[in-house]
Amino acid sequence: MKPRQKRIALIVGGLASLAIAAGLALNALDSNIALYVTPSEVAAGKAPQGKAFRIGGMVKEGTVKRQDMTVRFVVTDTVKDIPVAYTGILPDLFREGKGAVVQGRLAADGLFTASEVLAKHDENYMPPEAQHAIEQAQRAQRTLKQ
Amino acid sequence: MIPELGHFALILAFVVSIAQGVLPLVGARQGQAQWIALARPAAQTQFLLVAVAFGCLAQSFLGNDFSVSYVAQHSNTQLPSLYRFSAVWGGHEGSLLLWVLMLAGWGAAVSLASRRLPEVMVARVLAVLGLVGIGLLAFVLFTSNPFDRLLPAAAEGRDLNPLLQDPGLVFHPPMLYMGYVGFSVAFAFAIAALISGRLDAAWARWSRPWTTAAWVFLTLGIALGSWWAYYELGWGGWWFWDPVENASFLPWLVGTALIHSLAVTEKRGAFKNWTVLLAIAAFSLSLLGTFLVRSGVLTSVHAFASDPRRGVFILVLLAVVVGTSLTLFAWRAPKVGAGGNFGLVSRETLLLMNNVLLVVATGSVLLGTIYPLLIDALGMGKLSVGPPYFNAVFVPVMVPLLLLMAIGPMARWKHADPKAIARRLRVSLALAVIAGIGLPLLMGAWTPLTAISSLLAVWIVASGVFQIIERMKTGKPSAAFWGMHIAHFGIAVFVFGVAMVGGYQEEKDVRMEPGDTVQVGGYGFRLLTVKDAPGPNYRAAVGSVELSKNGRVLKTMYPEKRSYFSSQMPMTEAAIDAGFTRDVYVSLGEPLGNKGAWSVRVYYKPFVDWIWGGCLLMALGGLIAMLDRRYRLRVKVGAGVTAGVAA
Repeated sequence: MKPRQKRIALIVGGLASLAIAAGLALNALDSNIALYVTPSEVAAGKAPQGKAFRIGGMVKEGTVKRQDMTVRFVVTDTVKDIPVAYTGILPDLFREGKGAVVQGRLAADGLFTASEVLAKHDENYMPPEAQHAIEQAQRAQRTLKQ
Repeated sequence: MIPELGHFALILAFVVSIAQGVLPLVGARQGQAQWIALARPAAQTQFLLVAVAFGCLAQSFLGNDFSVSYVAQHSNTQLPSLYRFSAVWGGHEGSLLLWVLMLAGWGAAVSLASRRLPEVMVARVLAVLGLVGIGLLAFVLFTSNPFDRLLPAAAEGRDLNPLLQDPGLVFHPPMLYMGYVGFSVAFAFAIAALISGRLDAAWARWSRPWTTAAWVFLTLGIALGSWWAYYELGWGGWWFWDPVENASFLPWLVGTALIHSLAVTEKRGAFKNWTVLLAIAAFSLSLLGTFLVRSGVLTSVHAFASDPRRGVFILVLLAVVVGTSLTLFAWRAPKVGAGGNFGLVSRETLLLMNNVLLVVATGSVLLGTIYPLLIDALGMGKLSVGPPYFNAVFVPVMVPLLLLMAIGPMARWKHADPKAIARRLRVSLALAVIAGIGLPLLMGAWTPLTAISSLLAVWIVASGVFQIIERMKTGKPSAAFWGMHIAHFGIAVFVFGVAMVGGYQEEKDVRMEPGDTVQVGGYGFRLLTVKDAPGPNYRAAVGSVELSKNGRVLKTMYPEKRSYFSSQMPMTEAAIDAGFTRDVYVSLGEPLGNKGAWSVRVYYKPFVDWIWGGCLLMALGGLIAMLDRRYRLRVKVGAGVTAGVAA
């Protein structure tokens, strides 16, 4: 094979594998994204339908109820509340009054069934998404009152 | 007094780094021997000064000096002294100081172990390291000074995050940083070569042991982190595709590609430009990793409360490093010229494919890691990319890579005979196919993923063994040869471990009252009691779980749930019974109701320790390859240029 053909073969091979990888990546990205939605947005019906998504907010005080391995609690952005059910063991830093992020699906009756609960490993740390949700809701409320 | 001394040493180190970064470069350009000779003492002085600063901070921790704000935030009088020492790098400021210490340490190591290199080359390499040092020391001094005083002093410290009070933390960050920062040496060699315009086989030979050394440390650092997450976080996983894990994995992937392309550059003089680009990319990704971890822009296990403004500084530093090195590259690269020719089937081509696949893997992991940041920065909403994405893009790229791994070392440079290779691989192929069919059936269930992984693992090991036997017939193989095969065996062991855990692990979250038994993976777990027990700076609930198999009691396991006094943070300490072919893993969730019941998590993890065993083998292979004799010999290169390197 001549050097030129060889180079072309190498370039074509490289490009082909790049294209396949890019295709795989974009396809996988599309089906594995979980959007962050604030409790207010969920209450306004803006949550993705039939798809897993994440809610950030605070675990409302006095709402954590356990029944065997299932835990029910309320995630709030201080304006709207979303009831959540989760079966399994919660992370160590999950606590009432602290920030948390839950991932799962919303049922027709408004109950959010979480497949994953994330709480962060620093007691003073608020997940940015939880912080964001609370700030958004409070800003929206202030604008309404004016 | 001690903190001021440390602060002063750090300022001096900053000044020295400016001298180290500028004078030798100017000297090398103008041929001034005195300025060139400054490089070594400057690098050693810088290391000494940073070490003094680090020692001062450590002393402040050991002496419970809560008038230092950083100490007050990350330590406590009740903290055992080992953790008071490791708390030095338990927070942002201290971990950056560790970063700088590593950088200065690598610089000093280069200055000591490069007696056989041309002085001008050493001067340029150390100067580039000095320039990087300027950036990081400025970052520490101006945005993250660990010696800032707290007035009035705190009576008691806030304590180290309990998650970090673990032997794993004593070693994980230093190892990881050694690796991360070690790529700065490969980077400095590449930049120095670009400045001098001499990109040749000698340059690649000098650069190789350093690159491999950094890679060895990074491999160990990542493995330690993974092992720590496995037993300490109580989730029983070994890799979560967490953005911060990815941040350390990206330089590893590019570093692996760099090691292989350096081989081509050294042996055949080809891929020179590409190798330089990889060296720049590896270090840039290390800086990007530092940015991702330290800026607090990520939602991750590692995201501790931090100041986002600091992120801007690292981002600017990253832009400067990438910008200037790529500009230099664009200016110099056209003059480099191509290396030796090679055939379509040759070791060069196979190593090129290795590089393409590794770079594609890097790109896809990078995409998933920074995609949420980009979308957020563009104001298009917040989202997260989950582990399924990474598995979906990463695994398909790894399969061809692992297939080629057995073939690459068999192929000759320049021109290889495909038929001869095929003939030599027949036995390996047969064994691999048998393993692909047989091993999963032996484990109880045949799945495509465990089948292909078993096949690949046996394929790599069998062809490696074949090559070793073949090579032994013609004399004693070199250390580099052994190192390569041991590292490749490490990959095989790792892949097998990953596949077995992924395919056959069993997991149960259950409610258990004392006396209850649960069956997982053929083992019986009987909760006997949960009792309170005191610790040095915490109180623990300690469970006793009786492990049995086929009715025979094996041992009692003691998982703990700790509550730390100073922070009131609960911590799960899993009880793990480790074995060659399986781990069993018990951790306590939380008390349920008033009958003494607890939620309990029980895992059966077949071959999970092979994952870290494989990493150890990879690191061992790197270590052996690094010690190859030819790096320590004086070698004739080109027309009368004598060069070598002490690794």
